[in-house]
Amino acid sequence: MSSIPMIEQTAGKGAARAAQRGLGSRRRGAPGGTARRPGFLTYGFLAAVILGSVFPLWWSFLVGTHDSSVISKGVPLVPGGNFLANAASVLDTIPFWKALGNSVLVSTVTAFSVVLFSTLAGFAFAKLRFRGSKALLVFVIATMAVPTQLGVVPLFIVMAKLGWTGSLWAVIVPGVVTAFGVFWMTQYLRDALPDELIEAVRIDGASMIQAFWYVGLPAARPAAAMLALFTFVATWTNFFWPFIVLDPSNPTLPVALQLLQAAHFVDYSIVLAGAVLSTIPLLLLFAVAGRQLVSGIMQGAVKG
Amino acid sequence: MAVTDRVQPPPPDTNPRASRGKSVKRLAFSQKVSKWDVKLSPYLYISPFFLLFAITGLFPLLYTAWVSLHSWNLIGGQGDFTGLENYAFVLAQPFFWNAVGNTFSIFLLSSVPQVVLAIAIAAVLDANLRARTFWRMGVLVPFVVAPVAVGLIFNNLFADQAGLVNEILTGIGLDPVRWHSDSLASHAAIATMVNFRWTGYNALIFLAAMQAVPRDVYEAATIDGAGRLRQFFSVTVPMLRPTIIFVVITATIGGLQIFDEARVFDQAGLGGADRQWQTLTMYIWELGWGQRNFGRASAVAWLLFLIIVVIAMANFLITRRIATQGGRR
Repeated sequence: MSSIPMIEQTAGKGAARAAQRGLGSRRRGAPGGTARRPGFLTYGFLAAVILGSVFPLWWSFLVGTHDSSVISKGVPLVPGGNFLANAASVLDTIPFWKALGNSVLVSTVTAFSVVLFSTLAGFAFAKLRFRGSKALLVFVIATMAVPTQLGVVPLFIVMAKLGWTGSLWAVIVPGVVTAFGVFWMTQYLRDALPDELIEAVRIDGASMIQAFWYVGLPAARPAAAMLALFTFVATWTNFFWPFIVLDPSNPTLPVALQLLQAAHFVDYSIVLAGAVLSTIPLLLLFAVAGRQLVSGIMQGAVKG
Repeated sequence: MAVTDRVQPPPPDTNPRASRGKSVKRLAFSQKVSKWDVKLSPYLYISPFFLLFAITGLFPLLYTAWVSLHSWNLIGGQGDFTGLENYAFVLAQPFFWNAVGNTFSIFLLSSVPQVVLAIAIAAVLDANLRARTFWRMGVLVPFVVAPVAVGLIFNNLFADQAGLVNEILTGIGLDPVRWHSDSLASHAAIATMVNFRWTGYNALIFLAAMQAVPRDVYEAATIDGAGRLRQFFSVTVPMLRPTIIFVVITATIGGLQIFDEARVFDQAGLGGADRQWQTLTMYIWELGWGQRNFGRASAVAWLLFLIIVVIAMANFLITRRIATQGGRR
């Protein structure tokens, strides 16, 4: 695929015509600043992209609503009535509710702690003066490039020594604060929190931690919401480490899905019903907060 | 912010620290506390990150090197110091080189098309669209689907018998592809899953960078007579250079560690009957938790770490070159 649709509809539109239009008057116009609405091909291309994004999910729902015997003859294009039966098989095979509870718990706790500790560190990096702050921040950013997944063997040894293997602590603790979070919050607070505000509460006799609590945290709220959202999604979809360190009896959802697949590899309708069930919570989250997720990615990109 | 009413400087005698009731000693003490508060607080606030990175990031990585120099199994724990024996062993394994090849093959298939397509989608999203937010949210939907779930769904789409992709292929008169036995086909299928999940996400990153390009640069290009296409290649792409480097580097660090989608591409999770799609991370898992040999698993982990560092550096240099040439064309 390429941007051929765009090329076809734009090639040959002379620069002169665009120039006559008083271009650049619209801040959010297309490149070149023409206020012209994009044509059918642009929307066609986008529609194809969206279709590609949504179709696999729709497909898994379709397959999940039919019986396996129907699936083997090819999937009908209308949902069947077998979803509840398939869902029941899913619940029989894997500890689904437990996994769901675990995923909710792990993702929520991780999101909260990442926000708290990242905001705390971001507050220090953005607003407080201390020796070595620049170098330390550079170090934080550098750690983002370290593939920590590769320390998985010793991490497992450490968890085994602590007796945490199989417990959710082993999944939660390594993620309580992230380099990305610290960097994100530092960038945000730099602009969003005026120094005068901190000085004012300090003069009123607030200690540092009070200044953080009453001024820093409230100022960080919009960025904190986005960071929480991101962390939640990333933790929810994480597989490699939970798969290694958790027991099959006490899994998170992705680990449980893998178990489901191991048990019913050819039973696609059951496996995909499980995939649908495990995705529903995040789709609901996306329906509520997708807009914030989009703007979060875009803001992070410009600053990063 | 309703703090404006606080800006008035407090009258001198209501300063909490200098109120007359307090003894001089007490004053000195609270000043000392306050001084330490200013000095130490920043370090205290950033310490959680550094502590955690030390314990779960840096230490394990260094300790990996240590473990890799010992005979070490899951049950018995640390054994004798064996020097580079683990490295010699894994480097002599055909499966290791197989995993290296698979990892690179999947990585290339999942990063090059992804970056190109993401830039194309971003360019289209950057047009003056109706319902802008709707389109942007639409491309991001795959991002909230867990890679394991993506793996299961595409597993069905790419099923060798009666999978949708093969049905379509036979429908238009082509031969069905053996996605689960042919090596390159399996790589393409797994790369498709990675692309499915990340293309939209990266498109939004590129879109943000495109919107940061000053519009008067485009005006100047238009006045110079550059058409849309010419503007895209001579203005947009060079301006995106830092973002392209950023995306390529992150794709490298993540892509060379690919595990989830490949792990669930079949039941056994070892990368197929002949390890057709076993990646390096899967190989680490097999050595460490399948064969219970932590020493060898650590040796592979450390080798993969070196590979990632080298490739990330190479990518950085290559991307810089390509993006610069794009500007000179």
